[in-house]
Parts: sequence; C-alpha cells; structure tokens
Amino acid sequence: MMNVIETHELHKAFGSFTAVDRISFAVAQGEIFGFLGANGAGKTTAIRMLCGLLKPTSGAATVAGCNVFTQPEQIKRRIGYMSQRFSLYEDLTVAENMAFYGGIYGLRRREVRRRADELCRRLDFGHARHTLIRDIPPGWRQKLAFLTAIFHHPTIVFLDEPTGGVDPLTRRQFWTLIYEAAHEGITVFVTTHYMDEAEYCDRLSIMVDGRIVAIDPPETLKKRYHADSMNEVFLRVVNG
Amino acid sequence: MNILQKEFRHIFRDYRTLLIIIGMPFAQTLIFGYAISTDIRYAPVAVLDYSHDVETARLRSRLFASGYFRDAGEVYNNDGIEQAFRRGTVKMVVVFGDDFARRLQTGQGVSLQLIADASEANTAHLLTGYAQAIVATFLHERMAEGGYTATGIAPEITMRYNPAMQSAYTFVPGIICLLLMLISCIMTSVSIAREKELGTMEALLASPLRPTQIIIGKVLPYLVIAFVIGLLILAIGALVFHIPVRGNLFLLLGECLLFILLALSIGILISTLTRTQQTAMMVSMFAMFLPTLLLSGFIYPVENMPWPLQWLSAAMPPRWFIIIIKTIMLKGGGLQHCAKETLILAAMTFVFLSLSIRNFNVRLK
Repeated sequence: MMNVIETHELHKAFGSFTAVDRISFAVAQGEIFGFLGANGAGKTTAIRMLCGLLKPTSGAATVAGCNVFTQPEQIKRRIGYMSQRFSLYEDLTVAENMAFYGGIYGLRRREVRRRADELCRRLDFGHARHTLIRDIPPGWRQKLAFLTAIFHHPTIVFLDEPTGGVDPLTRRQFWTLIYEAAHEGITVFVTTHYMDEAEYCDRLSIMVDGRIVAIDPPETLKKRYHADSMNEVFLRVVNG
Repeated sequence: MNILQKEFRHIFRDYRTLLIIIGMPFAQTLIFGYAISTDIRYAPVAVLDYSHDVETARLRSRLFASGYFRDAGEVYNNDGIEQAFRRGTVKMVVVFGDDFARRLQTGQGVSLQLIADASEANTAHLLTGYAQAIVATFLHERMAEGGYTATGIAPEITMRYNPAMQSAYTFVPGIICLLLMLISCIMTSVSIAREKELGTMEALLASPLRPTQIIIGKVLPYLVIAFVIGLLILAIGALVFHIPVRGNLFLLLGECLLFILLALSIGILISTLTRTQQTAMMVSMFAMFLPTLLLSGFIYPVENMPWPLQWLSAAMPPRWFIIIIKTIMLKGGGLQHCAKETLILAAMTFVFLSLSIRNFNVRLK
C-alpha cells in the first residue's frame, strides 16, 4: 500500500528548545493513525510541519507525495485540517460554511452544491441547511466541522483533538464519520487525549519529549506493555 | 474571491452593526451640525447707552441686524448690567460712552465697552469677537464717509474660506476622518482578531489560500464600506450644510482612499498583536479613536498644545489628513498644496503595511 505520509529524522527546534526530535514514521493510505502524547510533547508542532504551516529545521518529509520543505502550498491543497478549536463560522449557515470552505479549496459552485446535497441527504440534515451554525447543537457542529474539513475530498485529513469537550455519545457518532471517511480512502491523522478513542485507531504513535517512543497497532502495544487498556499503556509509556 | 464574499456575508448578517455603521455618519454629522454647533445665533445682548444719539442708534441696528445678536433691551447703569448677567437673560452688554456721535464726527476717539458673561468662556470669546468685527467695520465706514481722520488703526478683518464662520466647515472634515478611522481600523482589527479567537484563522492558514489573499479578502469589504461612508458624509455636508468641495473631487477621494488604506494597515497591525476581539477593540479605541478626537486638531487646536503633545499629534495620521481635506475642500487647493501631508500619509502607510505584513508572517512561522 502507498504511504501518504513519510518522515525521516524530521526535526524542529525553536532556538535552543527542541520541540520535535528527529521523528521518522510512515502512514499508509486509508489508515486511521492516532498521534498520542502528553500536552507539550510536540504533537501540534509535528502536525503544523506536516500541514505546511511550519518549516522544519532539518530532516525530510513528504505528505501526499509533496515535500514539506519545498511544496507547502501543494500540500495545503491536498489536505484537510480541523483544529481543536471549532472552525465553522457561527454567523453563517451550514450551506454557506460549506460553500466557503469548498470555494477556498477551488471547488466549483455546482460541485459544492452537489456535495452539500449529498451530505445532507446522507445525514438526513436537509431541514437545517439554512440554519446558522450558532443555532445548531454543539455535537452536530463538531460533526459538521469534520465533514467540512473533508468536503473537498483531501488525500489526508489532520484532526487536532477534534473531540475536546464533546459528550461520549457524540464522540462515538463522530468516530463513525471518521471510519466512513477512511473507508472512502481518506487517511485520517488524529490526535486525542481520550484513550477509548485511541483504541479505535488502526495504528498509534506515542510521543514523549519530542520523540516517538512507541508506534504500533493498539493490540500490539497492549501486549507489549502488559496492559488491559490503552490508558495503562499510555501512562506506562509516558512515565517511562 | 471566496473570502470576500464570506466577509460581506458576515457584515450583512450582523445587520445591527451594519445599521450602526451606516447610521453613524448621518447621526454624527447632524449632531455635530446642529446640536454641538459652536456658531452663535441671536445671542441676547443688552445695551447701556450714555449717548443716545444718531450714531449709537446706527451702530446698534447694525449689531442687531447681523443675526448674531438679539436685542435684549436696555439697562441704565452698572447695577443694571450686573442684574442682567445674574438673571442670565443676557450674554453680553454693549456700553456706549458719552458724546458718541460728536466724538466720532470730530475724529476724537470714541469710547465703547463690550462686557461679556465669561462663565461660558467660549461663547463670551466668540460674542466679543463678532461684536468687535462689526464695530470695527462700522467705524471704518463712518470715518471714510465723513472724511474724518482716523484716530486709531481700525483693523479690517476678513474670514477667508469660511466667511460666515460656520462650524460645519471644521467638523465635516473631522467627521470624515473619525469615521474612516473607526471603520477601517477598528472593524478590520476586530474582524481579524475574531478569526483568531474562534480558531477559524488556523483553518484558513492550513488551506491553499496565501496569507496575502486572506488579508486582502478580509480588508477589502471594509475599504469599500469606508469609502461609501466617506461619500455619504460629503453628500450630507453638501446637501444639508452647503459645504462646498472647492478643489478637485477626485483628488479628495484619492486622498480618502490613501487614508483608508493607512487606517486598514494599522488595523491589521493591531490584529496581529492581539489575540482577542476585546483587546483588539480596546487597542484600536485607545490607539486611534481618542487620539483622532483629541490630538488631531479636530476639536482642540494643535497650536495650543504643550510641545510633547504637539509631537505626539504629528505622529497621528488624522492630523495630516484633516489638513489635506481642509485644503482641498475649503481652500480649493491642488495636490501641490498638500504634497507634504500626502507624502507623510503615504510614508506612514508604507511603514504600517510592511510592519503588519512582516508581523503576520512571523506569527505563522
């Protein structure tokens, strides 16, 4: 299978502080890749480099076949991004948000409408198309934000703590959407602090102090660390 | 430009803000025009006349015909003056000395006193000013007519560019300046800060849009709105207060555009320095709005400020812009008459624009 992300000794230092310490890993197409680590371990810095938002200090990496050093703009065209903070405009309607984000990724107006129709039918959401985002319940907003992030069918979508502050039921529904996206061939790169979510991933990496100290499927990790749950694995890895 | 369309949607969706934006020029222009007018009309003035002759009668009718003063009756002695002031029924008393006509006709100096109620200092100042001008003209005429030798030098005062001393002439340029600053700077900085606060800015940066496209898309709507409002105020000024645009209209609009651009770049700069809408708002208010009001020479003359404030005032874009508008609108000057000010504004624009672009980029890296 083709690799959508490949990094080799990717490194980022801010002055004398090393945020990401020579990480090397690969993510295959259609994979759901969990990117774990305690706060301040360097996850966000790594994601920002992979998204073309931040220039790495040294090393090499390709995302969707593009070099992060020389082709950040091409990368941006091929990825979707959803940050931990909510990123739909509250004073615009669902349809307007989709039209806007579709538009900045270069989708034609007709294409935008077709995809929005399809989405609304699939989610049985047609009645709320022209509702302002601020009038939509938070759980739904989160799901819509995700669907907007993959509206232009990116090769890979980066989700930076997408389910912060969301109730368990909505989180489960959210993960159903993630599976559907992966099924369509979209690679999902997700960071989270919820270990039940980590269990849903095909493969996990755990970052400590800027380095990747473990990278494997959840089952393998649990066996290796003699743990019943990912929660235990995480605590053991992070505490050394 | 998708971002452009979106920004307009934001603006029009928030119709309350839009109403305020559109309503403000009307309200402010009218308020400044009518309520806070510093013009004086029909101020009650009493007369204490020790001569009661033909010349004092003439001068009195001349005073009351001017429209600035209203005849509030006569008083007959010093106590009368005091009482009239105490009652608050008069603002000024004109005292004619003995033998007014004879002294005038024989070329001896006449004695005339203006006593004003200076508990309202500005009014007192204006009233005595107007009265002096009228008296001076009168004496000059009378002496010329009779071929009398002038005993003193009577200055001939001409109010150039604004002969009727209408305050509208000063406040319209001021309001244009204020509102352009307000809309361009405050609205822009708040709208960019809002994207940062909500996290949508990150989504935009992770998209194929280039930072310059994002900024242009965010800023252009406000440029359009600010420009329309500039036109609106000029129109109100011309239609309601009959303020002429004596110079080249296109030059004036071009200068407005330059000023808007300057204010926008300050707005962008502020938004790169702040994280939240509230701080952006506060900083814009303190950095731009109040100085525009107080230091630009709009309300208080720059010449009267202590020198540190004069220096500060020189660093304020509105100050130069007000000079430019006045030069073009009221004096009918061309570009050559406000070249220095234009250059200053252009240089400021360049500095702020490059600063804010640099800052915006630094934030990303």
